[in-house]
Amino acid sequence: MQKQEYTITVYTENQIGLLNRIAIIFSRRKINIESLNTSPSEVDSVHRFTIVINETEDVVRKLCRQIEKQVEVLKAYFNTQEEIVWQELALYKVPTDIIAEEVKVERLLREHGAKAVVIRKDYTVFEVAGHREETDNLIKVLEPYGLIEFVRSGRVAIIKDSAGFHERLKEFETHQPGENTIENEFLSENEKVFSM
Amino acid sequence: MQTVKLKATPKEKKSSPAIKHAQEVSGSVAVLEALVAENVETIFGYPGGAIMPIYDALFDYKEQLNHILVRHEQGAIHAAQGFARVSGKVGVVFATSGPGATNLVTGLADAMIDSTPVVCVTGQVFAHLLGTDAFQETDVINITTPVTKWNYQVTDATEIPSVMAKAFYIAKSGRPGPVVIDITKNAQIQKFSYPGYAPCEHIRSYRPKPIVRKEYVEQAAELINSAERPFIIFGQGVILGKAEKEFKQFVEKSGIPAAWTIMGMSAIPTDHPLGVGMLGMHGNYGPNVLTNECDVLIAIGMRFDDRVTGRLDKYAKQAKVIHLDIDPAEIDKNVKATVPVWGDCKETLPLLTELIQQKVYPQWINRFHEFRQKEEDKVIKDEMNPKGDVLTMGEVIRDLNELTAGNAIVVTDVGQHQMVACRYSKMNISKSNITSGGLGTMGYALPAAIGAAYGDPTRTTVAIIGDGGFQMTLQELGTIMQFKPNVKILILNNNFLGMVRQWQQLFHQNRYSFVDITSPDFVQVAKGFGIPGSSVNKREDLKKALKTMLETDGSYLLEVMVGKENNVFPMVPQGRGVAEIVLSADEV
Repeated sequence: MQKQEYTITVYTENQIGLLNRIAIIFSRRKINIESLNTSPSEVDSVHRFTIVINETEDVVRKLCRQIEKQVEVLKAYFNTQEEIVWQELALYKVPTDIIAEEVKVERLLREHGAKAVVIRKDYTVFEVAGHREETDNLIKVLEPYGLIEFVRSGRVAIIKDSAGFHERLKEFETHQPGENTIENEFLSENEKVFSM
Repeated sequence: MQTVKLKATPKEKKSSPAIKHAQEVSGSVAVLEALVAENVETIFGYPGGAIMPIYDALFDYKEQLNHILVRHEQGAIHAAQGFARVSGKVGVVFATSGPGATNLVTGLADAMIDSTPVVCVTGQVFAHLLGTDAFQETDVINITTPVTKWNYQVTDATEIPSVMAKAFYIAKSGRPGPVVIDITKNAQIQKFSYPGYAPCEHIRSYRPKPIVRKEYVEQAAELINSAERPFIIFGQGVILGKAEKEFKQFVEKSGIPAAWTIMGMSAIPTDHPLGVGMLGMHGNYGPNVLTNECDVLIAIGMRFDDRVTGRLDKYAKQAKVIHLDIDPAEIDKNVKATVPVWGDCKETLPLLTELIQQKVYPQWINRFHEFRQKEEDKVIKDEMNPKGDVLTMGEVIRDLNELTAGNAIVVTDVGQHQMVACRYSKMNISKSNITSGGLGTMGYALPAAIGAAYGDPTRTTVAIIGDGGFQMTLQELGTIMQFKPNVKILILNNNFLGMVRQWQQLFHQNRYSFVDITSPDFVQVAKGFGIPGSSVNKREDLKKALKTMLETDGSYLLEVMVGKENNVFPMVPQGRGVAEIVLSADEV
C-alpha cells in the first residue's frame, strides 16, 4: 500500500490533556504530523481536530481506531484528498514602500487572490487562503520583493460526504447509542466517509 | 443534584465519625466515601506530603477501609493488580506526588498492557504551585498518559464525587485498564457541600462495548460449521468478560480443540479434554505448529501478541480468522480477521453457541495428541522426571500440582520459572494464573501475590519467583511481615538470570554477559522479616519441603536450587514462524 496524504477529523470533548493523548498516538509510532488544527466545532462543547499525515491506508485506519479508543474522543474519521474540501490560511508581511512603487506586485497579489489585512507605513500584511501549493507559490513570488515574514495555519477541512455532527451527538448522549454511531467499516464500505 | 446522602454503600458499614454531623465535607472525605460506595475494602498505598489530607481522613475510616502499607509504590500497584486479577474487582492504590507517583509507572504500564482494572489516587502539590517545580512536584498526568486508560487532575474538591465515579466506571468497563486521579492538596483540604455519590453509568464519548452485529455472528457460525480443522485460541478476554461458563459451553458444543495464551490460562480447567495447551514462544508444540494447519482460527479475547504469533507473515496464512474482541482497535491490528465479531464475549459467545452444530473432530484432535506425544518424549519427560541429580523447575511444579491439586492461585514473576510454571501448572479454577504477561515486569510476583492473597483469602496463593526477580521487590517482605497476608513464596534459584542466559547461549554464542547474579541467603532474609523458610537442593527433600511450605500457618519462603543452565523448551525463536518451533538446543 502506498503512502498518501490523509486528513483525520476527530470530534472530542473539550478536555485538558486530550491534545497530548492524541499526539502521542502518532509520536509513539514515530509518525510525523504534517499539520494540526484544533478548535471548537459547530456543536457546543465539542472540539474538532484536523490532523494531516502521510501514511498508508492501513496505518491510518489503525491510528483512527486508537484515537477513537480514547475515553474523551467521540469520533474519528479519515479521508483522502479527494474526499474533502480544504483550506489553509497564510499571512505575508511585505514592505509597504515596495508594494506601493512596484505596479507588478500589485498585479501579482491580485492574481493570487491576496487580501490586505493591515496596511502601515512600514509594512503591509496580506492574507491568502488556499491549498499548500497556492500559498507556497506566493512566497516564491514575494521573495524578490523583500518578504519579511510568513506564517501558515493548520489545515481546516470539510468532509464532502458528511451530514455534520449534531445528530450523531444526540445519539452519543443516549445510553444505548444506535447503530449509526457505532457502525463499523465493514458495514459502511460503500460510504465514502470512513467511520467506525 | 441529590440530597446529602453520605451512606451510599449497600453494605452495612459504620458511618464515618468525620462526616456524621456535617454536610460540609473535605475533598479527602469525598474520596474515601467514593471508595466505600464502590465497595472497596482494601487499599494498597504509601503516604507522603501531598496526600496527607487523604491519609488524615483515612484515620477515621479504619473500620470500612483496610489500608495495606506497602514498602514501595511499585509494590502497591502490583498488589492492586494481583488483587484485581484474582477478585475481578478494581484494585485501588494511594500514592503521594512526585516520586510516589512516578514509582507507579511500571505498574500502570503493566496494568495497561494486561488490561487490569486499577484506580490510583495520587496526591499533588497545591494547585497554585503547579508548574513551579515545587517540592515533590512532577507532571503526573503527562507522565502517565501513555500508560493509563484515563487520567484526570482534580484541583477543585467539588469535582471529586463525579470524577471518582468516572474513574471506577472507566477502569472496570469495556476492556479494563488503569486510571490515575491526581488530586492537588488544596482540593483534598477544601470543604464543600457533599452531594452524595452517584455511580457513573454513561459517558457520551466512551463506548465500552461495541454493539453486537448478528450478521457477523451468523457468518462466524457458518465458517465454523463448514470447517474441517477449526482451532480455538483464547485469551484473558474470557476471564475479564466473566464468560468462563459461556466459553466452556461454546467449546464443548463445538468440539473444537482450544489453546490458551498465557493470559487466558485457567479460563477453562487446564485438564479439560478439549484444552490442548498453551500458545506462544514457550507454549506447547501442537498448538503452535497446528496454528498453521487449521482451516478456521477462532480467536477469542486475545490480541495476537508477537510472543503468540511469532513472525506474522508466517502466521496462520492458510486459515480464515474469526476474531471475537471487545476492543475494536484489536481487530485487524496484527492479524487480519475474515469475520470480526465485535463485542463482549459474554454476549457474543452464547449467540455463536446457539448457531453452531454439535460436532467432534477425532482425527484433527488426534493431530494435537501426536504432537503432544512428541513433546512429551523430547521435552516434558526429562523436565518432569529428570535422570540427573540436578533438580529441574518442572519437577517442582509437578510436586506442587500434586499438593495443591490444582486449586492454588499461582502468581509468577518473569523469566524461565514463569514459562515453566505456566507450562506445567494444573489449574482447575478461573483467575488462577496471575502473571505479568504483556509487559514482562520482573519483580511483579511478590507484591502481586500479596494482592492476590487479599483478593481471595480462601485460596492458597503461591508466588513462584526467580532469584533475579525476587531481588527486585523483596522489600515487600516487610508488608507480609506487618499485615500477614498468607503468601507462599517459592523461589526457583538457578543462580542466573536464566531466560537472558538461555538467549545468550542459543543466539549470542554462549557469551554470558552480566547474567551471573549473586543472591543473598534468601532464607536468612526471610527470617529477618519474621517469615519462616528453608532451602532445598535434593530431590528427596523437595516434596516434604513443599508440603511444609503449604501447611505452615501464614507465609513461608521456600528456595529450591535448580539446574543452573537448564533451558525452557519448546521455543519459537524470535523472528521465526510458529511452525518453526524447536524442541531442543540442537534444533535452534
